[in-house]
Formats: sequence, C-alpha cells, structure tokens
Amino acid sequence: MNAESTTPPVVIELTGVEKSFGRQTVLRGVDLQVRKGRTLVIVGASGQGKSVIIKHMLGLVTPDRGTVRVFDQDLKRLKRNDMDDVREKFGVLFQNAALFDSMNVYDNVALPLRERTRMEPAAVHDAVLEKLSLMGLEEAVDKFPAQLSGGMRKRVGLARALMLKPEIVFFDEPTTGLDVHKSNELYRLFYQTQQQLGYTAVIVSHDVPKIFKLADEVALLAEGRIQGCLTPEEFQLSDQPMIRSFVEETMGHLYTSDSEENGFYAQVQS
Amino acid sequence: MTKLLEKIGAETLWVLETAGRMGVFLTRSLASLGRKPFKIEPVVRQVHFIGARSVFVILFTGLFTGMVLGLQGYYTLRKFGSEGFLGSAVALSLIRELGPVLTALMVIGRAGSAICAEIGIMRNSEQIDALECMAIDPFRYLIVPKMLAGVIAMPLLTAMFDVIGIFGGYLVGIGLFGINPGAYFQGMYTSVVWADIEMGLVKSLVFGLLMVWINACKGYYLHLERSGGFGAEGVSRTTTDAVVLSSVSVLVWDYLISAILL
Repeated sequence: MNAESTTPPVVIELTGVEKSFGRQTVLRGVDLQVRKGRTLVIVGASGQGKSVIIKHMLGLVTPDRGTVRVFDQDLKRLKRNDMDDVREKFGVLFQNAALFDSMNVYDNVALPLRERTRMEPAAVHDAVLEKLSLMGLEEAVDKFPAQLSGGMRKRVGLARALMLKPEIVFFDEPTTGLDVHKSNELYRLFYQTQQQLGYTAVIVSHDVPKIFKLADEVALLAEGRIQGCLTPEEFQLSDQPMIRSFVEETMGHLYTSDSEENGFYAQVQS
Repeated sequence: MTKLLEKIGAETLWVLETAGRMGVFLTRSLASLGRKPFKIEPVVRQVHFIGARSVFVILFTGLFTGMVLGLQGYYTLRKFGSEGFLGSAVALSLIRELGPVLTALMVIGRAGSAICAEIGIMRNSEQIDALECMAIDPFRYLIVPKMLAGVIAMPLLTAMFDVIGIFGGYLVGIGLFGINPGAYFQGMYTSVVWADIEMGLVKSLVFGLLMVWINACKGYYLHLERSGGFGAEGVSRTTTDAVVLSSVSVLVWDYLISAILL
C-alpha cells in the first residue's frame, strides 16, 4: 500500500505558534499536526508548556504569533458561536479532572447533555448510567468529587468528556498521580472507548515508556519547539540529539517494543 | 525619579486594564442574557441564595437601624420642639439612603464574597475552562443567573429593610418616648413622595447589579490578578479586594445617584 492513500486527513494543525506569559516565553514556534483517528502523544519535561499546547488547540489560549487550525478553521478568526460548534466535537480530560465540585457525579456527567442537547430527562438518565457503568462507577453516582479517589475522579472526567460522542479527545496528564494499577485501568478504558467511538486523541503525558504503546505518533516538546513527531519505534531509535537524550533519560538505552507491546494489548483487551 | 514615574505608569496601566476587563465582563454578561437555552431554575436558586437567605440579617440590621434612627432623631428633633416629625425623618432617611446602602453592604458581605470565592475557585480548578470546552457559555451558565438574582433580590431586601426600620423607629419613638403614633405615621404619609421611593428603588437596582458585577468579575478573572490569584490565598485575597471594591463603589454610586436624582 502506498503511504499517501493511508494517511488520514489533518484535523488539528499548529503552525509557528509562539506564546509568552509575561516575560516568560513558553512556545517558540510550535509546528504540529494531528491526524484523524490517530493518537498523538506529547512528551517532554515538566514546565515545557505541553499543557499550553493543548490549551491552544482548545482555543482557551490564543497564540501571540502563528495559527491554530482545527477542522480547517483558524481558531483566532472564529466567532463565539462557531467556536462552540468546534468545541462541541471536543472532549477534554483535564489534569485534575476539573469536575464541578458542587455537583455530584451524576450531575457532572449529565451536564453536557442537559446544557447542549434537548434530550428528555429519562433519556439523559439512561445515557448517564450507561456511561458510568462502562467506567465502573455505578456505586459513585451520588457522591461528590471531593469524596472520590484520584482514579475515580479521572474516570468521571472521562465519562463526562465522552458524553457527547466527541471526535477529538484531549487528555492532559491522564495518569499523573495514579498508581500503576489505576493507570492501567485508565489506559484500558481509553483503549476500549477509542476502539468503540473511533475518536482522535491528543495526550500529554509523563508516563514514558508505557504511553508509547498507545501512541501512533510521539512528539517531543523541548525548548519551546517540537523536536520531532515520529512513530514510537522511530522515536526511540531517533538520532536527533534531544529526542535521543530524552529517550535515554526516561527509559534507559535499549527498549524492545514488539514483544512488550503485544503483551500489553493482550492485557488491556482482557 | 524614573522609578516613581515607572510606578505611576504601571499603576495607571493596571487601573485601565482592570476597568477594561470590568467593561468586557459586563458586556459579555449582557450579551449572554439572550443566549439560549435560558433556564429559570438557576435564577430562582440564586434568588434564594442572595435574597431569601439574607432575609434574617436584613431584618435584624433594619430593625436596629430604625431603632437608632428613632433614638437619635428624637433627641435632635426635641431641641427644636418638633418631635412630631420623627416619623418622616426616619422614613425619609431609610427609604432614600440607609435602606439601599446598608442592605447592599450587608448583602455584599454575605453573598458578594461568596460569589467571588465560588467563581474564583471554579477558575482556579479549571472548572470554567471545562465549561468552555463543553461549549457551555460560562457567562450564560454561571454569571447571568447571579446578575438577574442580584437585580431581583436587592430591591426586595431593601423594601424589607425599610419597612422593618420604620417599625424600629416606631418602637423607640412610641414605646420609649411616648410620641403620638398617629403623628408618627401621619408625618410619614405627608412627607414621603413617589420620588423618594423611586430613588431608593433605582439605588437598590444599581447596587444589586454592582454587587454581582464586581464580585463575579474579580472571581472570573482571578488568574489575571496582579498579585497572582492562585491557590487558597489568592482566592482569599481576591475576595477581600472584591468586597472592599464593591462596598466602596456602592457608596460612590450612592452619592452619584443622589446627585443626579435630587
């Protein structure tokens, strides 16, 4: 098969994005593309501005220079209503889940349906319970976010993010602060729901190397630029000095992916 | 010298920036008034929070304000031998000035601070970002119900304050000093005209809007605060600022409205 016919269209494209906060320059010209149905993982040391990239894609932050195009529309030029139309296709799992802390789990997950659709309360009820049971949260329906563990909070956040069948889902540090077991659980849910809904995913993560197994492409952000956007295998074998030093720092010199990868998928699918 | 100029420049910029933000905030809130879906239930809930739950405090302060007006008014008026005007003195000062102003100050302390802290915490914990990403307009969803509730609740609370204050003045004047109750009310009846009520009403409407506007705006733009609005301390500092600023604005606007309407 030739490569061009299999390359899905670009849904998000950042070109030359620069951003400073006060005197601190965070992004110095970021070029990045996200392709439909693929999973892009952005890695990099803490404080490099990985979350800032996601915030640009979400239109929460506007670039000082450069453009952010989502579904072929320049976010900077969009009117509020058109922006809402774009965002309707988004689902976001925030770093701390960003649940509404004065609402219980049920109301949190029901909110997008109540505010964005005209569904009847009974239909909302069914849809919410279905998502919550998919996430294994039946017991937590009446609880408030403060009463949940970190892992449960993330799962509620994921349920809420998936409520409106998004086309692109953003994950900002989905497993930070979770133990290995809880992380695997979240990865399993991610894998399962992506298979089901076929959404495009953009993940910012520290969880190297495990996150590579979910990625179609890995991008390294360092010194305010994307140092390379490669498949996980290429990424680990790359000669680019920064990628190389990142790989060596985070996962040692050698990494054999094939056997581990198959093992991992066998595990997540079970 | 350059340092001083720099400081003056920075302060001026900051004031302009804040003023601009406040303007943008109000415009966006008003623009979101017409955005669909409009839901009545959050407005009712906010009226309950800002209004119904302030009733006890308002009645209490209103009663004592009226009583002290009766006391002070009686001693002052007695010097001129005109104790009979006690009723109109109490009613006019309450309806035109003290009712709206004290009600606004009490409600700012009770509900305004809560509004600022609530929205500030939502900003800090990315809840407002989450709303935006779900394409739910935070102004329509969060701010508009509070603003409507402020404008609905404040005049009602002010009316309660006035009524109970007049009753407080009555208690002191008639109970303590034995003024003729008929004279108390007759004086009021002849001296209070519609323009007085109108002034009180206009003030309470403006104060209701000011209270929500300033407190909600401070909370909403918490992340842009110069002193760094992050964390619990950021929320507490910003809430204090918001309460001070809204209280001062109430007094300034009180003067302005009086000057315009008189």
